[in-house]
Amino acid sequence: MELDFGPAVRDFRDELRDWFADHLVGEFAEHRGVGGPTDGAAWDVRLAWDRELSAGNWLGVGWPKEYGGRGLGLIEEIVFEYEYARADAPYRATVNALDLLGPMLLAMGDEAQKKRFLPPVLAVEELWGQGFSEPGAGSDLASVRTRAERDGDVWVVNGQKVWTSFGIHADWLYVLTRTDPDSRRHQGLTLLLVPTDQPGVEIRPIRNLAGQDEFAEVFLSDARTGADLAVGEVGQGWRTAMATLGIERGTTLLPQQLTFEREAGALIDLARTRGALDDPMLRRRIVDAWISVRIMRTTNLRTIAELTAGRTPGAQATTAKLYASTRHQQLGHLAMELAGPAGQIVGEGYDLDTRQRSFLLSLAETIYGGSSEIQRNIIGEQILGLPKEPRP
Amino acid sequence: MDLTFSEEQDELRKVVRSFLTRHSTEADVRRLAADPRGHDPGVWRRMAAEIGLQGLAVPEEYGGSGFGYVDLGVVFEEAGRALLCAPYFATVALAAEALLRCDDEAARADLLPGVASGETVATLALTEDSGRWDEPGIRLTARKRAGGWRLAGVKTYVPDGHLADLLLVAARTPAGISLFAVAAADAPGLTRTPLPTLDQTRKQSRIVFTDTPARLLGTDGTAWPALARTLATASVLLAAEQVGGAAAALDASVAYAKIREQYGRPIGSFQGIKHKCADMLVEIESARSAAYGGLWALDAGDETAIAVAAALAQAFCSEAFTKVAGDTIQVHGGIGFTWEHPAHLYLKRAKSSEVLLGTPAYHRELLAARLGI
Repeated sequence: MELDFGPAVRDFRDELRDWFADHLVGEFAEHRGVGGPTDGAAWDVRLAWDRELSAGNWLGVGWPKEYGGRGLGLIEEIVFEYEYARADAPYRATVNALDLLGPMLLAMGDEAQKKRFLPPVLAVEELWGQGFSEPGAGSDLASVRTRAERDGDVWVVNGQKVWTSFGIHADWLYVLTRTDPDSRRHQGLTLLLVPTDQPGVEIRPIRNLAGQDEFAEVFLSDARTGADLAVGEVGQGWRTAMATLGIERGTTLLPQQLTFEREAGALIDLARTRGALDDPMLRRRIVDAWISVRIMRTTNLRTIAELTAGRTPGAQATTAKLYASTRHQQLGHLAMELAGPAGQIVGEGYDLDTRQRSFLLSLAETIYGGSSEIQRNIIGEQILGLPKEPRP
Repeated sequence: MDLTFSEEQDELRKVVRSFLTRHSTEADVRRLAADPRGHDPGVWRRMAAEIGLQGLAVPEEYGGSGFGYVDLGVVFEEAGRALLCAPYFATVALAAEALLRCDDEAARADLLPGVASGETVATLALTEDSGRWDEPGIRLTARKRAGGWRLAGVKTYVPDGHLADLLLVAARTPAGISLFAVAAADAPGLTRTPLPTLDQTRKQSRIVFTDTPARLLGTDGTAWPALARTLATASVLLAAEQVGGAAAALDASVAYAKIREQYGRPIGSFQGIKHKCADMLVEIESARSAAYGGLWALDAGDETAIAVAAALAQAFCSEAFTKVAGDTIQVHGGIGFTWEHPAHLYLKRAKSSEVLLGTPAYHRELLAARLGI
């Protein structure tokens, strides 16, 4: 499939393709397709790859030039993500800062914050982790209890955060805190930027079900940060945090869907090798897997077409995540079934093959970024206008 | 690349919806469902005269407006929403398309203008007692006699076959599959029997041909590719109709879930119902992608892409509509199970449409064959 947005963008695309041809070589090329939103495999190689991208000025395609970006538009961002996925380059280690922190700062940060924090993101000099979820605040994010109090010109932060992806690598955290002790729920929250290199911050890895130390829990004990490092207004942290979550989706699902297409192709090849295509039950599920990834593609293209036409994306932009995550899990189950008895065996040190890893990690896709149950609430309430559950 | 609707297409949707809101109300649908003819010729004429729906995608040289398939898909989606009782699918998606695909310029020039103007109700008679939509399923024979071609055999499950002025008949000659035209009104040796249908909003007929004179369209023995292509187009348009039907069913479910109270609050505030409605929307938006992907493929014109998209659209949208229509009854509870409530009209349209152009399993096989699976 080609995404074609006309001659001007074609030049951009060709420049990018040439760059990949010259730079996605050697060790980087050997790590094609490695890593993912919850997959910390080959971290050091991927970090080096991010620096390679940075040297080529390919990080922050849509960010303003004054902060080190290319200052290009949404179409170029989409083309970049698409070509990136097409080249099957290693998954960017800095994706959290690029996809979440950066856009949040661009939307809600003050000038000093943007100048201070955005260039090091694009230079891959500072890595970021998200401090949103807590042991008692998962889907119900508004019940965060991590406290932040002003002490002169610093904030003092106490509490615990969890599920911080790639947290052990983070130099900085963006943390949702409660700054008004008498507030409830969405009120009285503030989003703070907190450096990890201090005694008050302890980050412990959590091993995920694939055996990787991919995410972390974060203990904040009198952790300190500057009074000037609240993003958005003090007490309006919910708005800031939601702005981050709203930024996702538009461009992020397209590369993911290309990965799924690749997996579906591999699955069909595997089925052919195993002679499974003659089994009518498996055959049906294989065709359905292919249908799923094709529907994801068209759904993403619909959203992209609307975004680039300056329209508000339709309901499909909201339903896409639920569909893709669920169907991807089915694809994973099917791939494992087709792998047969060999799928039961892993390598030394619990080294998983692509199929096993993708299957296991797909279980996170219906949890992170708003679980499927939360997605259904959002669709039911915000798209269909059904009444909210009364609070007890 | 343009996978979004233009302002003109949005406007077309508004116009069609407004027309159908007035002329295909639930009362109209129920009246026509109970009527053996199953359609209102007055409304049919206004569809043609006021908005030119029959000729929308017919090229201008044959008296149509020359719009594309995305535009036509908008109309089918709206027709599906309104459960329009009219020979629109038979005439436009099947017959007009078969005429456009066959290699007979003279026949096109003769027959299409009547179809485009709404004067001619037409249909495609392809399936027989086997219910098959593939080439080997065509057994009805055509033989060349001194006075011309004669047809012998039986066609059944013919959409709106009882109404059609013009029957396009797929037949087998010694040379292979051929397409014939029969002017139904005055053709000798033609017996048409309406079949009582589960989905009363779309009528079907059984048609017996006994030495019936017919006009050969195009070259003898070469019609199958054009017919297969016709079925691909019809599959996509039916998918658009299914999307519209499913969307209307969900609208009804949501409206009811907002007002129906149990345990002192609207049932739509319970996750059991809310999440069911959300899943229905996921199904519908995915079906939209399947159907719209087909419409865009039709306008782009790549034959391989069309065959793939058409099979995918039927494989997916058929089951999506049935699922949503079934869930609509569930959301409504007891009232949804009654004859009085319209939910069953959607369920029956869905279940019947699911097999109208071949079962989802058949379309999966078509898709698998195209993909080399």
